[in-house]
Amino acid sequence: MDTLLDVSNLRIRYGGAAREAVRGVSFTLGRERLGIVGESGSGKSTVGRALLKLLPGATITADRLRFEDVDLTLLSEREMLKIRGRRMSMILQDPKFSLNPIRRVGDQVSETYLRHFRCSRREARERALAMLEAVKIRDPERVYRQYPHEVSGGMGQRIMIAMMLLADPDLVIADEPTSALDVTVRLQVLDILDNLVRNRGIGLIMISHDLNLVRNFCDRVLIMYAGQVVETLKAGDLERAEHPYTRGLLAAQPRIGGPRAPLSVLDRKPEWLEENA
Amino acid sequence: MSVSVDVHDLSIVFGSGPQAVRVLPGVSIAVQPGECFGLVGESGSGKSTVLRCISMLTDFWQGEIRIGGRFVREIPLGERCRTLQMVFQDPYGSLHPRQSVRTVLHEPLAIHKLDDREDRMRRAITDVGLPVSFLDRFPHQLSGGQRQRIAIARALILEPSLLLLDEPTSALDVSVQAEILNLLQRLRDERGFTYIMVTHDLAVVDHMCDRFAVMLLGEVAEVLPRDAIAGNQATHPYARELVGASLAYEGTRRAQG
Ligand SMILES: Nc1ncnc2c1ncn2[C@@H]1O[C@H](COP(=O)(O)OP(=O)(O)OP(=O)(O)O)[C@@H](O)[C@H]1O
Ligand SMILES: Nc1ncnc2c1ncn2[C@@H]1O[C@H](COP(=O)(O)OP(=O)(O)OP(=O)(O)O)[C@@H](O)[C@H]1O
Ligand SMILES: [Mg+2]
Ligand SMILES: [Mg+2]
Repeated sequence: MDTLLDVSNLRIRYGGAAREAVRGVSFTLGRERLGIVGESGSGKSTVGRALLKLLPGATITADRLRFEDVDLTLLSEREMLKIRGRRMSMILQDPKFSLNPIRRVGDQVSETYLRHFRCSRREARERALAMLEAVKIRDPERVYRQYPHEVSGGMGQRIMIAMMLLADPDLVIADEPTSALDVTVRLQVLDILDNLVRNRGIGLIMISHDLNLVRNFCDRVLIMYAGQVVETLKAGDLERAEHPYTRGLLAAQPRIGGPRAPLSVLDRKPEWLEENA
Repeated sequence: MSVSVDVHDLSIVFGSGPQAVRVLPGVSIAVQPGECFGLVGESGSGKSTVLRCISMLTDFWQGEIRIGGRFVREIPLGERCRTLQMVFQDPYGSLHPRQSVRTVLHEPLAIHKLDDREDRMRRAITDVGLPVSFLDRFPHQLSGGQRQRIAIARALILEPSLLLLDEPTSALDVSVQAEILNLLQRLRDERGFTYIMVTHDLAVVDHMCDRFAVMLLGEVAEVLPRDAIAGNQATHPYARELVGASLAYEGTRRAQG
């Protein structure tokens, strides 16, 4: 499988922070679906944003940070602009925060298309409407005219996905893209992403807290804890995880028909923080 | 002190003229004192809107909403804040970007003239599993799940009797989710809190709620007891489809494990 992304010893420190938020993360990505699971605050979104160099004020170092034929460490902000969105796209965790609050969502969606492809405004609008429909938004014409605060949480997530789809990138980093969707719509949206990997051969990084999703939808999974990757598994082998953090996660999951006793919680061990070479 | 919630024929129209849309055509639900009531359903079906109406964040609705038997419109603002608090679906939007966590937690204590403020803030932040040092952080310095936990701490700090929770744990990893759900259960046992909880995770509903309503297109399709999930005893076609899809979504792992 050809490698789309090659990351080695990635380290990220936020300005003014005492510790690195990401401590030596390494992985490669082919034309596959890679899940990233991990505790809240472990650095998942930080890794995603670093790949797009969307971390003003943070120091990013890496032994290797290659995307297709490009060495990301060498790129200027101007060169990055050509990659961001068009070749590598991120669906951010807070959809409403990443939309401009005082502009209609539809105009923002059409604009993504106009930014990357030569066409008339009318054509961009049609494309945008078709894409809103593709992500199962009911009544796309109405939603097109709405402002970000007027759309529901799950509609916001699907608007972000529609924008990503319009740019037609080779690598997608999706940060909790479906957490606000009901299961039926979620499966439909995952199907769209799945088709991109299968038919268009894109690479997909899926950051998610949903263990069922990662197990059923991804090929491989990285487990992060305190800025490091503590375990890498085939998604189907998630149940056979060995790291105590991963095992603790599986045990903490509520189950349909389960006992209503308090859920098992993690006893976080200081040695999980130690840096593994 | 436990309170009941009665929503009768709630409806709301957004926009005016030809663009007006009636989002909730007429929702009725009755939540018992001390109950945990789930709201599930299609994305965009009006779950968050129902919570916003109950909390009076959106106040141009029609119909009747009573909390502990009193019409919510007649409860004075200060008392309303001590009775009910809401945790929003979108924690970034609900925290002010220039306010530190300390300011966020301190403000309600000052407004309601409560004492032992430092202690209460420390307890609230520890309850949601964050270190006390986070009091001095700003929202942009927090991860998505950490922001959500601050939002939960802010709602808990006034010890309200009714909590309206809009997907309180969907941004959290399951280990932190477990801590928050255990905390909510404990508060309910100890203080009789009433919860209305929006979630897409029927395993969370099964774990937490006594009953739940399935919403579709602004209407309550069906109200079901939690026991109806495991064997899919829903009768409304959409509710059946949703419960069935959730069982399948979780099921693969049971088949393997
Ligand atoms: N701008 C910032 N300045 C300082 N620290 C930050 C900043 N942004 C994030 N952090 C810290 O870096 C760590 C990693 O954050 P990140 O957002 O990557 O976590 P995450 O794994 O995505 O968590 P979640 O699942 O909760 O979204 C957290 O401890 C967070 O508090
Ligand atoms: N201020 C508003 N102006 C216009 N329409 C609105 C406004 N607020 C909500 N709506 C519309 O009301 C409908 C219900 O939205 P709501 O946020 O209640 O859905 P939801 O059930 O919470 O969905 P989700 O699960 O995706 O969060 C949506 O079609 C939305 O566009
Ligand atoms: Mg994150
Ligand atoms: Mg909502």
